[in-house]
Amino acid sequence: MEDREEIVLEAGVRHDFIDELQNVPGGERVRDCIQCGTCSGSCPVSFFMDNTPRKLLAMIRAGMRDQVLESNSLWFCTSCYMCTLRCPRQIAVTDIIYALKRTAIREGRTGGAAKAAALASAFTDVVDRRGRNYEPELLTRYYLKTNPAAMLGKTGLGIRLFMRGRFPLSGERIRGIDEIRAIIAKANEIGGL
Amino acid sequence: MPYAYYPGCSLQATGRAYDESSRAVAEPFGLHVEELEDWNCCGATSYMSVRELLAMAVSARNLALAQRKGMNILAPCSACFTVLRKTDHYLQEMPALRKKVNNVLHAAGLSYEPGSVHVHHPLEITVRQGGAQRVRERVRNPLKGLKVAPYYGCQIVRPKVEFDNPEFPTTLDELMTALGATVVYYPVKSRCCGASLMASNEAAAIRLCKNLLLCAQQNGADCIVTVCPLCQMNLDAFQAEVNSRYGTGFNMPILYFTQLMGVAIGLPARALGLGRELVPARPLLARYMDVPLRIEAPKTASSQGG
Repeated sequence: MEDREEIVLEAGVRHDFIDELQNVPGGERVRDCIQCGTCSGSCPVSFFMDNTPRKLLAMIRAGMRDQVLESNSLWFCTSCYMCTLRCPRQIAVTDIIYALKRTAIREGRTGGAAKAAALASAFTDVVDRRGRNYEPELLTRYYLKTNPAAMLGKTGLGIRLFMRGRFPLSGERIRGIDEIRAIIAKANEIGGL
Repeated sequence: MPYAYYPGCSLQATGRAYDESSRAVAEPFGLHVEELEDWNCCGATSYMSVRELLAMAVSARNLALAQRKGMNILAPCSACFTVLRKTDHYLQEMPALRKKVNNVLHAAGLSYEPGSVHVHHPLEITVRQGGAQRVRERVRNPLKGLKVAPYYGCQIVRPKVEFDNPEFPTTLDELMTALGATVVYYPVKSRCCGASLMASNEAAAIRLCKNLLLCAQQNGADCIVTVCPLCQMNLDAFQAEVNSRYGTGFNMPILYFTQLMGVAIGLPARALGLGRELVPARPLLARYMDVPLRIEAPKTASSQGG
């Protein structure tokens, strides 16, 4: 992390980024943030992030769109909701981070944390086709996309899970897969939230 | 009316023991369940990270199926529980979204009236609706002397549930006490296990798991009891990895609360998926199992006086 931070003067602040969050329930509350740091102190993974949640909220308000969307912080969030629970201003931090992840994926800006984004995308690919997640396929797709060599390192664990009936060799597809297809087609047609 | 049992995808694979034990203990503990026919994935955290309207609509298909049957949903997986509830909540709060999602559902010949299906967790129903006393009455093999760390994780209590405190929940503590077990002090009970970071950033998830295991060990727990398939998977299947990264020697069985409910009423190991865990629990539980139908031995004066 760099010691020197970018300074954004008020006159130069872009407000259109914060407006993008208006559609997220509770998203408009970013404006109410008092920078108390409760979110960062409550976050179980903030020490791994390049920008802590508190700082991320300040950056959103400062209109630092590129830096926010390219921050690895988004992809460390595990959706534990501790920040959302404790925020004294009732800011739905977790949901805001979800919204930022979606924008980052849409714009292909997941460079620094491509693995977590790839995992989320692999998951939806599997469910789109089957209607359900099938863990062995998910992990195979994910590792092939990100780091095929790492899959070898996981073979032992896979075998141990298989031996205990926890890694089935064939997955199911729901009978109503046509309903899922229709839902996907329609949702893609409408888009947004 | 039975509950629409919604196992979710993990319970068909890595969390199979949770599915087996949930089904096995449902009837004996007074829960009538019937699997929700042709359910689909709840969307988990991934859909929400990729496409928002689709995430809501995919999740809402399950609510629509339950509504058609006039049933409330029972979801043992914490992620399913939270996502299905959140979908219903958003649809209730946001009329524009409700319209859009129903528009999408119509394309599949479905519709959903927000608020018409309630989503519950088996822990909530067992303790909050049945009551600890009812649980106690059903116990045949009290888990006396078994020291458990009650681990709730995140998504069963957050962002918001009515049945328990979101930071210091006690439902599982009450249930374990009712089963005869001793609940140890476990201040990290609702901290995160790392969830899917285990795949995308293993070092981060391993560190969180190490903290959870260490706290349980330091407080004298024999095992950790979980309510979530991902928590169980991370703490159980990656415990060896924690040990190799941190030089620790954890050998802590990670059990589902439904497995201990089953043991306490005398169900056999196979019916509860015991033996599917990678850190074996049988040595720990042997003294409570294989007990033939419990017949109270008459207390004699000599056994008292010794």
